[in-house]
This record gives sequence, C-alpha cells and structure tokens, in this order.
Amino acid sequence: MSDVEAAFAEADGALVPYITAGDPDAEATKEQVRALVAGGADVVELGLPFSEPIADGSTIQEAIQRSLANGMTPGKFLDLVADLDVDAPLVCMTYYNLVYQYGDEETRANAESPVEPFVAAAAEAGISGLIIPDLPVEESAELRAACDEYGVDLVFVVAPTTEGSRLQNMLEQATGFVYVQARLGTTGARADVSDQTHESLQRIAEFDAGNSVPKAVGFGVSEREHAEEITAAGADGVVAGSVFVDIIAEHGDDAPEYLRQKARELKEGAHAGTSQSHPEPERT
Amino acid sequence: MSTDSKFGDYGGQYVPEALMPAIEELGDAYERYVLENEDGFMDEFRERMADFGGRPTPLQYAEQLSARYDTDVYLKREDLVHGGAHKLNNALGQVLLAKYMGKERIIAETGAGQHGTATAMAASHLDMPCEIYMGTTDINRQRPNVFRMRLNDAQVNPVTTGRGTLKEAISETMRDWATNVEDTHYVIGSVVGPHPFPNMVRDFQAVISEEAREQIREKAGRLPDAVVSCAGGGSNTMGAFANFVQDEGVDLYAVEAGGSSLDVDEEEGVAPNSATLTTGTDGVLHGARTKILQDSDGQIVESHSISAGLDYAGVGPELSHLVEEDRVTPVNVGDDVALEAFHRLSQTEGIIPALESSHALGYLHEAHDELGDVVVVNVSGRGDKDLETVLEETDKRDLDVAPDMDLFEGVER
Ligand SMILES: Cc1ncc(COP(=O)(O)O)c(C=O)c1O
Repeated sequence: MSDVEAAFAEADGALVPYITAGDPDAEATKEQVRALVAGGADVVELGLPFSEPIADGSTIQEAIQRSLANGMTPGKFLDLVADLDVDAPLVCMTYYNLVYQYGDEETRANAESPVEPFVAAAAEAGISGLIIPDLPVEESAELRAACDEYGVDLVFVVAPTTEGSRLQNMLEQATGFVYVQARLGTTGARADVSDQTHESLQRIAEFDAGNSVPKAVGFGVSEREHAEEITAAGADGVVAGSVFVDIIAEHGDDAPEYLRQKARELKEGAHAGTSQSHPEPERT
Repeated sequence: MSTDSKFGDYGGQYVPEALMPAIEELGDAYERYVLENEDGFMDEFRERMADFGGRPTPLQYAEQLSARYDTDVYLKREDLVHGGAHKLNNALGQVLLAKYMGKERIIAETGAGQHGTATAMAASHLDMPCEIYMGTTDINRQRPNVFRMRLNDAQVNPVTTGRGTLKEAISETMRDWATNVEDTHYVIGSVVGPHPFPNMVRDFQAVISEEAREQIREKAGRLPDAVVSCAGGGSNTMGAFANFVQDEGVDLYAVEAGGSSLDVDEEEGVAPNSATLTTGTDGVLHGARTKILQDSDGQIVESHSISAGLDYAGVGPELSHLVEEDRVTPVNVGDDVALEAFHRLSQTEGIIPALESSHALGYLHEAHDELGDVVVVNVSGRGDKDLETVLEETDKRDLDVAPDMDLFEGVER
C-alpha cells in the first residue's frame, strides 16, 4: 500500500485540500500546508503552476498567475517540497508539459523517457503522487512506467462523461486514489454538490470489483455539508481547492488560521458522512 | 480508432478527461462523414462551399511579380473566398459536421478574428447559435472583425487572461467545451489541438491544393517547383501543401513570422516572434505534442507578430512532423519584410493581402532566386482587416515602398 493509500485507509473520511505552490511565495506555502494538516488534511495536493492551465477555472488561474509572477519554477517547487516536513503525503498537480520538459540536457539525454527526470526528482524531494489533468490514460504509458519505477502514485481523473471500457481501463491503472470529478467544467467553488457526483460514484461502484483504490470527489466542494454528502454517498474522501485558494487571496498573511478552520470544517463533514455510508447492520 | 492519432512522435490527445469521450465521438464522425461521405456529407459540404463560399478560387498568374523576379509566380486567391480568407473552408466544414452530429451550439476561438468571422458566418448560414472567445488585445487590434461577428449574430466573449491573444482564447474555449461538452462543438481554427482536429482541419483545407494542383497543370503545363505559404497554426499551409506532399519535385515552404527578432527573452517570458517551426522545441500544448515556444522550464512564452493570425506559440503537429522529415522547409520573415510585401502586392498587382499572407509574399521577395521557375504562393486572405494596423505600423517606419499618406494631415482619423 502506498503512502497515499495508507493515509486514506487511516482517515475515515479523507480530506485532500489543494493549494497553488508559491501563492504568493514559497515561505507562505509552507505555512499554509502546515495549517491545512493541523486542520485535519490527510493528503495535500500542491499545484505546480503552468502558464496554460486549461482545466482550471478563474480562481486557480489567478493563483497560478500570482505564483508565476513571483518566480515559482519546477526547481523551486521541488526545493519547497523537500523543505516541508509535515505528517501527510504530498501530491503534485501540474500539466504535462512541465513534466515533459524537466531536467538539464545531460539528465535528459541519459533518461529512459522524457518524463523520467521529473518523476525521479519529485520522488527524491518527497512527492508521493502526481495528478496531470491534461494526460488521459491513453497517453500515460511513459509516465506510468516512470511512476512505477520510482514508487510514485499516478492519480487519474474520472469525469462525469467517463464510461465503459475507458472507465475500466482507468480504474485498473490508477494508484493512490481515483479523483472523481463532481461535475463537468473547470475547477471552482460552487453552492451545491452536483447530481453528477452521485451518478459517477454509482457508475464507479459498478466497475469497482478488481480495484480497491480509494475514491475522492472534487470540483466545487466548499462547505461542510458538501463533504458530508459526498462521503455519505460512498466516496472515501473529498478534494477541495478553490475554497482554500480563495481564502489565501482574501486573507494574505493571516490565511493560515482561516485555512486551518476551513480544513477542520470539511474534515468533520467528510468524517460524519462516512458513518452514514456504513450503517451498523440492522438486527432483526 | 482506425485513423492514426499521431504524425511520427507528434500529435496525440492531451486533453482533460471530460473531453475524451467528445473527441472520440468527433473522431468517429470524422471517419464516417468526412472520410466515407456518409449521408452525402462531403457532397453537401462542397455544394455549400461553391454556392455560399464562392469556390473554386482562381489561380492567378501575377504579371508584375513574375517580371520583377524573373520567375512565373502564381497566386492562389484564397482572399476571394467568402469572408476574405481560407478560414471558411474549415469553419463551414466543422459547423456542418456539428449539425450532422446533432450538436446544438458552436464555440470557437479567434486570434485575428478571421476564424471567428468565418465561424460566425457559417453558423449563421446553417442556423446554429455561436459564441466566439477572443483575447482583449486582439479585440482592440481587430475591431472590424469584432463588428462582423456581432453582425452575423455571434456572441463575442472577451478573454482577459495573459496577454489576451490567441493562446489564451484557445485555453478559454477549451474550458467552455469541457463544461458544455454534451451539446456543444468546438470549431478549432487551425490544424492544431487533439486528434482528430489536425487531420480533419487539413482535410477541409486540402481543397486549396486540390484545386491549385489541377490549375497549375492547366496553366503552366506542369507542377510547380515550389509552393509558399504562411504558417501560424498552419491550416492554410497544410491546405496548400496536402496534395503536393507526394510530389517529390515540389518544394514546400512554410513561412513563419520572424516578428522583430528570433531571440527568446527568458527573463520576461517573451519571444518577439512566432517562428515555432524554426526556433521552437518539442512539448505539449493545447492537446497535442508538437513544436512550441517555451522557456527552459516548459512555460509557454508570449509570441509576437505584426499579424495577429500568426501570433501563436504552437504549430500543427503534422507540420512539425513534415519539417522533421525534411519534407517541408521552415523559413521566416520579420515584421518589416512582411509590411513591405503588403505594400508591394497592393501597388503592383492590385491585391491587398492579409498581413499573414504578406509573410509568404515577403519570403518570395527575399528568396525568389532559389525557388525555381514556377512558384505558387498561397494568398490566404485579404488585407482589409489589417488597414488600421498597416497605417499605424507604416507611420512608424520609413518605408520606400509605402504610399504617402500626407493627405490625412490635419484631418481627424
Ligand atoms: C488570412 C490568414 N492567413 C493565415 C492565418 C494563419 O492561420 P493558419 O496558419 O492556420 O493558416 C490566418 C489566421 O487567422 C489568417 O487570417
């Protein structure tokens, strides 16, 4: 069992928060991660900013712009990760081109594939998993191989439109957890949990037989009730990003305290939901 | 999927998971309707391109240029397609395909506004609701085209992120598509993006070289020594090349925008050019593995060209492949040479070309000695949309070839 899978197993309703690394700078990010873990985060997703974030809505796009404007790079990102000493596995969310370009010429020339240098450096820095939203399972063979070699989880996103053999394929390939996209569209906080969430969880449950990888639902989660509803529907955890990124944008230096409170609230919801999803067997 | 999604190492489908079923559905529709002419799709497409679009376009012998360069120069007149550019070939094809697929809404990105206007015209012609994403920088430098889109009843959505040009508009249109994928078709504007777009857009544009190949054999009695075409994303380029690729004696030149310089400023994240095939490196952008303009970390840099339609940090994966195979020669000319070529064609042949097409004409001017005896230049569009830019940019320079605009002095413009 990987670090990430172990964290889910222990969590009893896992909270996986996302923030953009370097928003507004590396030191602040460290404080923010510590606050999230103190609030109950079980796994932390750190965004490595890319200039063309096609899967992200305006909240995270703006965080990415702030981070890039302040000089965040893949190298500085991995330094930041290596410096972080927290009691939760760290997962890197980024776009494929940054993974594809990483490394100096010599390292790249000697690598087994264009993506190996990044995976090697990420593993070395302490990254436990990768989420690459513009890399569908069909294009993932090289990255899958490198991740296997370095013991890094590769998390796939299951969309409301993912069905049939593609879903099956993805469930077979996924390690760490499966990221269930709650609704169509881009990232961003929403007022309620979409009906598509329930449909997706049901569809996945039907295919679930062979793979016990945990399922976490994300895209739009921002309130305690969302988290509770999602784990009550059978998910193993929730992913929440834009709600935390909004807090960072609003509160600046004071953000860590607000992040801790929000994490606590969502964690309580995720935890409460699990008891509803596994009721005590009724005695008759 | 039976059509190959790769051109050598280039191409592929690097898109968010939510879009995968949609591009598979599109790949299926492309095979059935475009490749196999199911339900007479291609017949209807060709008929509409004739009646609505004005095809075929002439291949015109350019008398003054031919005399000047001592080379037989033929111009493929895509500027005469309805709307003033080759863009309609693709836009009408895709909007019609969306109709056959039962989609109810059309979205598209635009840079120069040429693809946006073409899509707006096609959507209006085929009675489909249409929204166009356009960067705010481009909105300001292509005002006439914004009005045209509005006149054809399309909604224009300004994109404010980044520098507000084509790359940001594509990203934003992809976000819309990922949100509304079930009833919406994304009419991508060039031979870029995930499979099947590069193949499909090429096939809709290939009518350019299909006609030109016939026409040149009729007029010159032989195939040309060279075909010269500008390249932004590369759709007019692939359209002009497609039917000549198998003719080994025909040299193919893709003319990119050299901008003001070929260097990349890593510090600022800016390349003052759009010469992706010449100076770009392998990477993944907007759904495909191809050559892109990026810094050493893999961040996409801001490109530049005097012509908005060439101002893009990527290029079609098939062109990257054909360059790698030495079948297509990538060359480039800068802003100044393109601007002079714009004036030259306007003065000597009575044709005002698009600034994009002026790059191809600029290369002809610079390299005519090396191109052979019979040359086809693709005039991908007309320059009416560029008049404001041309007046402004001409003012800044002291060009011998430019007309005197003194008559404006003291007159409010
Ligand atoms: C007239 C004209 N030519 C060329 C281009 C460049 O596009 P492509 O390289 O896809 O042909 C454009 C783009 O807007 C255009 O308007």
